[in-house]
Amino acid sequence: MISANLSAIFYLISGVLFILALRGLSSPETSRQGNFYGIIGMVIAITVTFLSIGNFASGFIYVLIFLLAGGAIGAFIAFKIPMTAMPELVAGFHSLVGLAAVFVAISAFINPQAFNLGSPGDIKLASLIEMSIGAAVGAITFSGSIIAFLKLQGIMSGAPITFKGQHLLNASILVSIIVLTYLLCVSQSSNLFWLLIAISFLIGFLLIIPIGGADMPVVISMLNSYSGWAAAGIGFTLENTALIITGALVGSSGAILSYIMCKGMNRSFFNVILGGFGATEQSTKETNKEQRPVKSGNADDAAFLMKNASSVIIVPGYGMAVAQAQHALREMVDTLKKNDIKVSYAIHPVAGRMPGHMNVLLAEANVPYDEVFELEEINNDFANADVAFVIGANDVTNPVAKTDPQSPIYGMPVLDVEKCKSVLFVKRSLSPGYAGIDNDLFYKENTLMLFADAKKMTEDITKNL
Amino acid sequence: MEIDPFIFRLSIFILSIFIGYYVVWSVTPSLHTPLMSVTNAISSVIIVGAIIAALANLDGTIFTSSSLFGYLAITLAAINIFGGFLVTQRMLAMYKKKKKDK
Repeated sequence: MISANLSAIFYLISGVLFILALRGLSSPETSRQGNFYGIIGMVIAITVTFLSIGNFASGFIYVLIFLLAGGAIGAFIAFKIPMTAMPELVAGFHSLVGLAAVFVAISAFINPQAFNLGSPGDIKLASLIEMSIGAAVGAITFSGSIIAFLKLQGIMSGAPITFKGQHLLNASILVSIIVLTYLLCVSQSSNLFWLLIAISFLIGFLLIIPIGGADMPVVISMLNSYSGWAAAGIGFTLENTALIITGALVGSSGAILSYIMCKGMNRSFFNVILGGFGATEQSTKETNKEQRPVKSGNADDAAFLMKNASSVIIVPGYGMAVAQAQHALREMVDTLKKNDIKVSYAIHPVAGRMPGHMNVLLAEANVPYDEVFELEEINNDFANADVAFVIGANDVTNPVAKTDPQSPIYGMPVLDVEKCKSVLFVKRSLSPGYAGIDNDLFYKENTLMLFADAKKMTEDITKNL
Repeated sequence: MEIDPFIFRLSIFILSIFIGYYVVWSVTPSLHTPLMSVTNAISSVIIVGAIIAALANLDGTIFTSSSLFGYLAITLAAINIFGGFLVTQRMLAMYKKKKKDK
């Protein structure tokens, strides 16, 4: 058994290693080392916990069994999961952190002596507040992530679910959580504690159902942030530095990602959270626009255009992930490169269903990361490029965002695809994208629509090159 | 008068938020997905609390209502720790630079 001071120092060390783990992600070269620091930090934290308990002879074996059982499941999932399912996986993992936080809080509430927090019915006030925050935020994270998971997985429709009085209901539940926490602190009643957890589960569920599928990048980042705050809440209860540091890191990380995603859509955080975006509002405007002429072509035309180009910019979007077209795309690009055509990739911040989604898929298809560029880096290059190849993206290329103040996406940063000499737009039909608005790009003089499945079309183009 | 230890923990917390803020802004956008999976893994350090809960007052009985929640939390956190770090590793291994002599 080691002293409390010594174990606190080790927890601090593991906290620092976690900071280094995130720090490593500033570039792909250092990132693998960063991940390694994270693993070391975790090993230290777990080992020190065992050592600080000391007297654990018989229970130790059970802890090990549960630990390894969970570990085996986790490892299995990590190796089996396809890269296109990464958003679902992350949402699923968030839900587990949330539920673990709830369980730890429950355990601390039932048996406060184990954590030096007082005795049942007489828990220290500060600990009780921290515990309640940890449990409530954890429960919200859990049920919110489950909904996000179901929507991403397609088990639940990605369409926003809205009903009358929704915001009023949510607001009153949030208020009642605060009131309940107060009452709990006054009475120490276990019934109130259970009720608090129950309605926190409920509000997590209600908060996410009105948010549509393409807003998931914000939702996932937000839940990421919540899982951090839940961990920090528990960290305060347990007086554990590693947990407090980690919770703060994860909390701010998720918050920054949400901010970046909202900025990528030019929408306020509250606008996203209140939900219902892109549901039906635009239907009237669309009907009188429908009859505009569109130029459509086949793989042969597309191959011809690209063969005569000297530079091509590829704009991938969620559709590429759905069609699993990333490998076919890379093969096409390889062929282009053999013909001395310069190819680069342009990624919009909100392309896909989570931050960095497209980058991972391209990396999976062996696309070198120094050919992949962010919006600000590449946007000026469109004017000098010969062909833009839009595959599975839609709203993020819509020039309306720059020209029509009436449009719901007005002001959103978009890729200046229309400045290219010609645009190839792979899409299954003319249907509008997530925002529910028509893409002006379809009707431009220099746009050629390629109506087909993204993967099939890409393969056909490669054959014709 | 002595300072409440809570204040020290609060200081650590606030300073860590700032560290997180600056560190995360320096993360390259192409690694945002690995960032999420690794933050997932490290936030499962909550397993520390789960272990304490599971091994609390071992006076012969191994499974009490409170330790049971601890064991469950251990399992959940362990899924996350192994899954989170391994999937991050898997993703990061895919990020390669252009081969020069090709």
